[in-house]
Amino acid sequence: MRYSGFKVIKEALTGHKGWTPAWRDPEPQNHYDIVIIGGGGHGLATAYYLAKEFQQKRIAVIEKGWIGGGNVGRNTTIIRSNYLLDGNEPFYEFSLKLWEGLEQDFNYNAMVSQRGILNLIHSDAQRDAFIRRGNAMILNGADAELLSTEQIKARYPFLNTEDARFPIKGGLAQHRGGTVRHDAVAWGYARGADSRGVDIIQNCEVTGFRIENGKCLGVETSRGFIGAGKVGCAVAGSSSRLMSKANMRLPMESHVLQAFVSEGLKPVLPGVVTFGAGHFYVSQSDKGGLVFGGDIDGYNSYAQRGNLPTVEDVCEGGMAIFPAFGRARLLRMWGGIMDMSMDGSPIIDRTHIDGLYFNGGWCYGGFKATPASGFSFAHFLATDTPHPTAKAYRFDRFEKGLMIDEKGMGNQPNLH
Amino acid sequence: MIIEHPLLGPRDAAEFTYLGDANLIDRPDWQSETAAKDFYEYAYLRDNPAGWHQELWFHEAGDRSWLVITRNTVTHEISKVELARDVARRRGRST
Repeated sequence: MRYSGFKVIKEALTGHKGWTPAWRDPEPQNHYDIVIIGGGGHGLATAYYLAKEFQQKRIAVIEKGWIGGGNVGRNTTIIRSNYLLDGNEPFYEFSLKLWEGLEQDFNYNAMVSQRGILNLIHSDAQRDAFIRRGNAMILNGADAELLSTEQIKARYPFLNTEDARFPIKGGLAQHRGGTVRHDAVAWGYARGADSRGVDIIQNCEVTGFRIENGKCLGVETSRGFIGAGKVGCAVAGSSSRLMSKANMRLPMESHVLQAFVSEGLKPVLPGVVTFGAGHFYVSQSDKGGLVFGGDIDGYNSYAQRGNLPTVEDVCEGGMAIFPAFGRARLLRMWGGIMDMSMDGSPIIDRTHIDGLYFNGGWCYGGFKATPASGFSFAHFLATDTPHPTAKAYRFDRFEKGLMIDEKGMGNQPNLH
Repeated sequence: MIIEHPLLGPRDAAEFTYLGDANLIDRPDWQSETAAKDFYEYAYLRDNPAGWHQELWFHEAGDRSWLVITRNTVTHEISKVELARDVARRRGRST
């Protein structure tokens, strides 16, 4: 069933009796050509693009809980492509371009809102770094604009640009950046994949891989063995846990990242703003809540909840740049588990086990990457070669010294 | 989280910085035939378990001691805190 304005009006006039479930709830079959583990944004996007762009048949997505219940349901919804390094920027720009056409592509309202993102500059050195970053973005076909203090004052008149401690010296803006309704991304991809024949199997936990003579033959699950020609893993924070079942150790640690939403306010913040002298980023959701976050807690965790020192640190960052927001009450906060890689960049690759493929290491930047991650992983699964924009995201880059270390922190996952 | 420092008693985890898996104590032998591979695995690969985890914490805003903390990554419960020095010597490290 295609969604359209006409359909909404028709259903409104006929008692909303014609809506059908957006996806089926099929029983797992004995064998699929491709099994994707992980029904989050990346896994569902992978299945969608496999079916749509790479004409693959007999695909299943296996999810331990319900789809969209992991990090795609618990993030700060920001999309952008303001990266510096060659290995990253073309990929994230590809992702932003896919976001721009996504709703028409999968016929679902994901509320993609290109309200712009602004990175504030507070020192001369930071200005130099952001000019360099902006030039790298433009060289890769993205948009970037260096804004003066006056231009920022015009857009955000309540910002104190003369603050003695953190004066605002300008900003790097990406006007095509913005926010997306995160749950709708999972649902849209799920519906799009399902309508093209992909089986989305929920409440089905993978308990192991069946590997014989160096080849992966399928997955053992809580609902029995499911054979597969190829298996793709896209489970974010649970990556190490899952891959350990194939006796693999990954170049990553799992960390908890907290995010926060205030009570609903009238429109106060038109775009996404990041504070350059601390780690704080904020946008206002369409319901009016201020959605903000900062650093990860910094220690290995699978708890999906963080601790109070980080809450204090994030709120201090917010108060330093937006003192007015201190009047808003916090509505809720949550923690998600991030697959923090050793250089802060992701992996989309095959493993040393034939037929077993891996997508992970997204750190706390996986949401914006969802479309390109799905597309590139589908490309790898279908063609056994990396997508041109993702060819740097290989397992062997650590051994070869080809790290994509956007922040220059070395092999210290909690600093990326 | 409260860390029961072996010398100082209970301290707020915010006083500490986190390094990672306590296996980082076991630096590979640089003269080994397999040194390149060993150091790659030492530097980049992690067990990253969900459950009990031995890890290195540094009391940066305190007495600047290194600790080995046994902590559950699912519940954040801490079961054991030792001076990293003691752990390293027990594993045969001289310094």
